[in-house]
Amino acid sequence: MPGPYKETDLTERVEAFLSDLKRGGTGAGPLRGSAETARETTALLRKITAQARWSSAGDLMEIIRKDGRRMTAAQPSETTVGNMIRRVLKIIREEYARSRGSSEEADQESLHKLLTSGGLSEENFRQPFALLKSNVIEAINELLTELEGTTDNIAMQALEHIHSNEVIMTIGRSRTVEAFLKDAARKRKFHVIVAECAPFCQGHEMATNLSKAGIETTVITDAAIFAVMSRVNKVIIGTQTVLANGGLRAINGTHTLALAAKHHSTPLIVCAPMFKLSPQFPNEEDTFHKFVSPHEVLPFTEGNICNKTDLNHVPTFGKSFSDLDISSLSGFF
Amino acid sequence: MLSLIVSEGKDLTKEEKQRLRKEKKQQKKIKEKKDDKASQENEKEKKPVTSAAPASQPPTQPTPTKTKAELKAERRARQEAERASKQTKKGETGQQAATSKPKAPPSDLQPVVKRLPEHIQVDNPDVLKKLAKKLERQQIPLRSDYGYKVSLFSHLHQYSRKAPLTQQLSIPSTVIHPAIVRLGLQYSHGIVAGSNARSVALLHAFKQVIRDYTTPQNEELSRDLVNKLKPYISFLNQCRPLSASMGNAIKYIKKEISNIPSNCKEDEAKNKLLNCIESYINEKIILAGVAIAKCAIEKQKISDGDVILVYGCSSLVNHILCKAFEKNRKFRVIVVDSRPRLEGKEALRRLVQKGISCTYVLISAVSYILPEVSKVFLGAHALLANGYVMSRVGTSQIALVAKAFNVPVLVCCETYKFCDRVQTDSFVSNELDDPDDLIVTRKGTTPLEGWENESSLGLLNLVYDVTPPDFVDLVITELGMIPCTSVPVVLRVKNVDQ
Repeated sequence: MPGPYKETDLTERVEAFLSDLKRGGTGAGPLRGSAETARETTALLRKITAQARWSSAGDLMEIIRKDGRRMTAAQPSETTVGNMIRRVLKIIREEYARSRGSSEEADQESLHKLLTSGGLSEENFRQPFALLKSNVIEAINELLTELEGTTDNIAMQALEHIHSNEVIMTIGRSRTVEAFLKDAARKRKFHVIVAECAPFCQGHEMATNLSKAGIETTVITDAAIFAVMSRVNKVIIGTQTVLANGGLRAINGTHTLALAAKHHSTPLIVCAPMFKLSPQFPNEEDTFHKFVSPHEVLPFTEGNICNKTDLNHVPTFGKSFSDLDISSLSGFF
Repeated sequence: MLSLIVSEGKDLTKEEKQRLRKEKKQQKKIKEKKDDKASQENEKEKKPVTSAAPASQPPTQPTPTKTKAELKAERRARQEAERASKQTKKGETGQQAATSKPKAPPSDLQPVVKRLPEHIQVDNPDVLKKLAKKLERQQIPLRSDYGYKVSLFSHLHQYSRKAPLTQQLSIPSTVIHPAIVRLGLQYSHGIVAGSNARSVALLHAFKQVIRDYTTPQNEELSRDLVNKLKPYISFLNQCRPLSASMGNAIKYIKKEISNIPSNCKEDEAKNKLLNCIESYINEKIILAGVAIAKCAIEKQKISDGDVILVYGCSSLVNHILCKAFEKNRKFRVIVVDSRPRLEGKEALRRLVQKGISCTYVLISAVSYILPEVSKVFLGAHALLANGYVMSRVGTSQIALVAKAFNVPVLVCCETYKFCDRVQTDSFVSNELDDPDDLIVTRKGTTPLEGWENESSLGLLNLVYDVTPPDFVDLVITELGMIPCTSVPVVLRVKNVDQ
């Protein structure tokens, strides 16, 4: 393929991805799952590696960083995009180091080395290597295959955590938790209580899926979470992101669920694949929550009170609650 | 009298049972014309015992060696003996009402039986059979449960709103007063909802019943009117389980009716009763609300710059906020609401009309909005004797999150809602609403549409939940501001007064 044609094709792909991110993050329609976002991001980065013009590892990293910044700016709440970009950058660094032939130990940045070196490691990335491209692409392919298998790998551990005749509570809809519970249901009999999570009520779909798999399911309203918590043995939830301080960025209502579980000393288990772990901290209150139009809560048809009421935008993702103990983090790789 | 007992109570036909009862009543009347007022009250206490006993005698008696009719007869004989010994004493009406529970004295005859309310024994077929018999006798149709019940709640009724009780009634109903039929429909469809509203509507309907009542021949108003009210109460119970406030109101009315002296003329008696009911509504509900509002505002529980969080629609809390706004306090309100009832919209409407600035959120957002809040005002359906607050489902959740954020929680409740029940969780006694209310259509899809066909899927629509007293900081009543744990003290003081 001639060079310029490749370039425009690539930019088209990137633009399409960016607009998809911007649109797909309203939280209204069928939520684009984090796994799909991660897969698409990685595939796009592979394409960039294959088609963009670069001569050394440093150039490639620059290109990826630039595109990556645009992607994270398009949808700040989708942290998987940023996580995948950081993973790919790490892959490039590793492949470069391996091509240079330096051993793993010498290249590891010990704390001592960081303090005393003073010299920048940036320069090192300027050396061109012929096989670097194919190595990087191969490594990214490995990453993609790992991404495929995360849900199954988490679900395989289900039997270690669920015994018979348990009552498990969950909230909203999480594909990981669904697979987790379905896997356990093959061998064990237990009850699941699903909190529906108004106003989008994703819990309804989760409940129908679980009941079709033969699991005894009950749908409750958000208001009844504390009322039924005393009979619950475990709480298993999915999350959107796991933050650097151990907190979670999860669907609205998870904080209440966690407080109720703490009050009754019920263990809270979070099922999250590795690509959801993020090095971010929950510092900026304003950008932390994601809001959706309030017409879901109070429709415009109730106009006469609408114009006099200060309607809060509906927060879709809620705060972290790192101060609570989260007993186990099942992320599998 | 004892000669009327037959060996197996079940084999008596309906007419025979009624005949037996009439004969017993005649014999008792002859006997009582000689007794004084105290023994009349004893008699009245027996009637609720004998009519309630078939419906609610718990089948937990271990292999009864004597049949139920024989046990009843023995109990009656014992009570006759007690009455004879009390002939010279003047019993106090309040204490008589309190001893109406069929607690056998610690003698050798039978173990102490506690009467459990029928509505929490739905999983017991004997209790259901007795209820069916009782309703048949009172000519009230039995409402059947609907839908798959979650196993944790199999001991409670679950009705469907699409099948109201009145469909099975004949028109015109000879047994039930039309005001009561209307009231029952309003309850079952949720048109009259909220603890105060239901009590006031009940009392107004009873006033109408009393106005239309005429004493039949050979009957006393004080006893016959109470008997007339019993089928009405069963009917209302079938339409929607009675609330604690309604229960207290009914106890009060029954006590007032039975206190009517036998030599009182009918018109005079009826006027007296109507005035009693009027004063009850006025004192316990309306004036209590005014006193609570005054207390809350004067003691600076609502100050300038406050951000107050309310949940659902509590008439008392709305009243307090409106009064505070009239007194020119500057505050704003956050109304929290929850599916499926969405009662907060009604509260929002009322507050906004007054001009109070409000914000509206759903309950899942409460942990986001709480850092802005300075106080939480909650209404209550009942206050239990161990300090727990029984209120709309979701209240305990709000109190929990408020505690986590160190926001004070104030509960506002009139004293007539205090009841001497004890409950520690929301399961043992609750109300299950129509499960179809949870179904919602979003973007053209209804995920829960065919839920009845899914054998493993259940929907749970709870109405009440209990809040532990450590989440509540203060209870504002018309007697003042008390901590949650002082409820049994108030109950004791009220009982002594009566």
